[in-house]
Amino acid sequence: MSDRTGQIRSSDLLAFSTLRNEHIRLPFFLDYYRNKGINHFLIVDNDSDDGSLEYLMEQPDVSVWHTRKSYKKSKFGVDWLNWLQFRYGHNHWCLVVDPDEFFIYPFCDTRPIRALTDWLDASSIKSFSAMLLDMYPRGPITEQPYQSGQDPMDIACWFDAGNYTMTKNPQYGNLWIQGGPRSRVFFPDEPELAPALNKIPLVKWNRRYCYASSTHMLLPRGLNQVYDEWGGEKASGLLLHAKFLDTFTVKAEEELERNQHYSASVEYKAYAERLRDAPELWCKWSEKYINWRQLEILGLMSKGNWA
Amino acid sequence: MSVGILMLVHTAFGRAEQVARHWTKYGCPVVIHVDSSVKPKAYKKFVKALENEPDVRFCKRHKCEWGDWGLVAASQSAGETMLAEFPDVRHIYLSSGSCLPLRPVQELKDYLEARPRTDFIESATTADVPWTVGGLDAERFTLHFPFSWKKHRFLFDKWVDIQRFLRVKRKIPHGVVPHMGSQWWCLTRQTLSAILQDPDRETFDSYFKRVWIPDESYFQTLVRLYSSNIESRSLTLSKFDFQGKPHIFYDDHLQLLRRSDCFVARKIWPHANRLYDGFLRSPEGAIKMSEPNPAKIDRIFAKAVERRTKGRTGLYMQSRYPNEGWENGMTFGRYSIFQGFTELFEDFDPWLARATGARVHGHLFAPERAEFEAGQRVINGALSDAPRNRDYNSIAFLTNLIWNTRGERQCFQTGPRDEGAPVWFFAKDPNAQVSVISGAWAIPLFKSNLNFADIRKEAARLQKLENEQLFALRSPYAKARVRIWTLAEFIEAPMEPLQTIIDEIGPEKARRLSEAPRMTDLTGFGQFLQNLKNQGMHPYLMGDFPVSQEDTDQKKPPRKPYLVQ
Repeated sequence: MSDRTGQIRSSDLLAFSTLRNEHIRLPFFLDYYRNKGINHFLIVDNDSDDGSLEYLMEQPDVSVWHTRKSYKKSKFGVDWLNWLQFRYGHNHWCLVVDPDEFFIYPFCDTRPIRALTDWLDASSIKSFSAMLLDMYPRGPITEQPYQSGQDPMDIACWFDAGNYTMTKNPQYGNLWIQGGPRSRVFFPDEPELAPALNKIPLVKWNRRYCYASSTHMLLPRGLNQVYDEWGGEKASGLLLHAKFLDTFTVKAEEELERNQHYSASVEYKAYAERLRDAPELWCKWSEKYINWRQLEILGLMSKGNWA
Repeated sequence: MSVGILMLVHTAFGRAEQVARHWTKYGCPVVIHVDSSVKPKAYKKFVKALENEPDVRFCKRHKCEWGDWGLVAASQSAGETMLAEFPDVRHIYLSSGSCLPLRPVQELKDYLEARPRTDFIESATTADVPWTVGGLDAERFTLHFPFSWKKHRFLFDKWVDIQRFLRVKRKIPHGVVPHMGSQWWCLTRQTLSAILQDPDRETFDSYFKRVWIPDESYFQTLVRLYSSNIESRSLTLSKFDFQGKPHIFYDDHLQLLRRSDCFVARKIWPHANRLYDGFLRSPEGAIKMSEPNPAKIDRIFAKAVERRTKGRTGLYMQSRYPNEGWENGMTFGRYSIFQGFTELFEDFDPWLARATGARVHGHLFAPERAEFEAGQRVINGALSDAPRNRDYNSIAFLTNLIWNTRGERQCFQTGPRDEGAPVWFFAKDPNAQVSVISGAWAIPLFKSNLNFADIRKEAARLQKLENEQLFALRSPYAKARVRIWTLAEFIEAPMEPLQTIIDEIGPEKARRLSEAPRMTDLTGFGQFLQNLKNQGMHPYLMGDFPVSQEDTDQKKPPRKPYLVQ
């Protein structure tokens, strides 16, 4: 719809995203990543009707494509983005994030993403792990309405610090991480259904690469080796996941109707059920977000040997 | 004109230009070597940018690759140019395009002025330095290295293996003792010219051309032949990580670099605007004469290396998932597990909490729910008591609990009913202290109001389960501090084992227990066991219990708190 990919220079950092009806989130989302040094956004709009598309088309550093096709049939957007990355991402550092995901990495308050990617280049590292960290507000999630342009973490500033479990996926070599508030509140009796939280969103892209399932795992398998197996820690970040705002209840109902999500939308079914009785994700042991150093100390992410 | 700067540049020309101007502004001539693999267009632009600087020269270009002769050739050419073009220069300082002067140039000048005959070059014999990459130290000087380590790693490695097999040993030129050290040096005119104008230079050069990483050994070795006064350290602050690549400095290192009192730092991230702006300003304040002091920076980078190689004990996360046996500690800290104590003592949990100050949970792996301390549904780290959630990955549940409660000792109960408990895991964990009174599970059955047939069935089940748990705890793989008593054994003299356990947990070693937990009434228990036997179920884990206790002295003590003087 609006292809500005001609502007992309060879050293640019690119962000890829797919979205549907996220207009209210977009101003903050774009600004957040612009500040962190993303040079160009490549976005697939899946038939929004809330003005998202029009808004994106006005942005000078955004290329946007529009599709009416099924999100589910495109393997939840992976196919669209794999294609865009194949076409435009070759030899670029590419960050794949949803509009409600905010990338945190070591020293992100003082160093731009380029400092990280330069360091990764120098260390011959091609992929960077950032686990999804679900953020939520205190009190019912409908209580504090989100305003466009506002930092979502002003409202959803709480998280679960230490209830994550992981196993190794022998097929792809990635870790499969579950836990957090979604597992605790929505899936206490069916923990195996809780959504996967492992993500590898930042990759020095090559045409030969592709995401196998969302950004949870990559091919070739070597790119999934973002963890150390000999006791050490590799550097890693987090994606603060500001899903649980007041916009969420509407979304959950709508998504359930569309039935376009993973595993027959089992996740959204669980949400919709729980959300009807005004749920609270917050608990006495929830941790309030301060900065990346706090997350590092808690052991959710690591500086590795970046100093 | 006491100091001349040699600068090896291959990228970030804008920054190199900025630094070169800074040096010349304060009276230090600069000779720049540009890697010959830099494209002519970029090279010309760079030369043009520095055209108007009279004290900047460009020297003959060489192709530079890490670990290759090119860097030495570049330093030689730059050094020759410096010696020839600037006869007043006394000290020659080798730096790179990503080096940044941290202290006013005048301070460096004064420092060197005060040490006119000293050569600053890190130079150590191969036996004394641990920081070699690729496992080659002495062999750097005795093998041939025709293949690039970066581009042809396989051939490089194979060639080394072949030479080792053939026992190849190169002849080191006469009078040369191999030394190594940081490639960034500062030499006097006398020493440098002696090296460069040596009649035997041809011999040395052809020898070092085939040495592995000559830029860390050529000058470091030859300086030993000529220098009268070597300070074996580099004036350039340069830290290396565990892969042998230099650490990079960013804006947030500003204060740290400032306090280091080093003259020059490498490597600086080209986009670190605050660093370049901050350190290339004209100096303000008094000139300092302090010695460089990189200790604090050393610590930070040493910590980073440790984090990368050893990691945080007991942490399992997205970028640390150690294979079995490589955890550097399976859990964060010590914890205690009790089996059979709550069955035997009526107030064991509160008593234990009082005696040790530790956090005492119930049966964390009970089938109904995780019995956190004080009946909490969720505890530290938002760990939930939901049994399915817990059993989904019981090892992670335990390691998370111990990690989340860092700095506080955890105690919890277990038993044969807690089938989900990761017994093998904690049996193997040296951090675990496991105390078991075997057969104590029969006490609740004895006190229960069930039909005897059900009791018999349950007893058989529990005995089988506990037996399996004991098997793990007694296996040769068990690394935990395991103590097992039979019930009969334990009630004979309960205070002694309790004291031992508490001593091991408690911070105050000397304290004697003044108060004992209250033991439950076991009158008739022997008969109860006999009844089980009579029904064909043979309880053996509790040890030998007399059928009737009435006659023995067992009767009185159990009901009375034990007081130990």
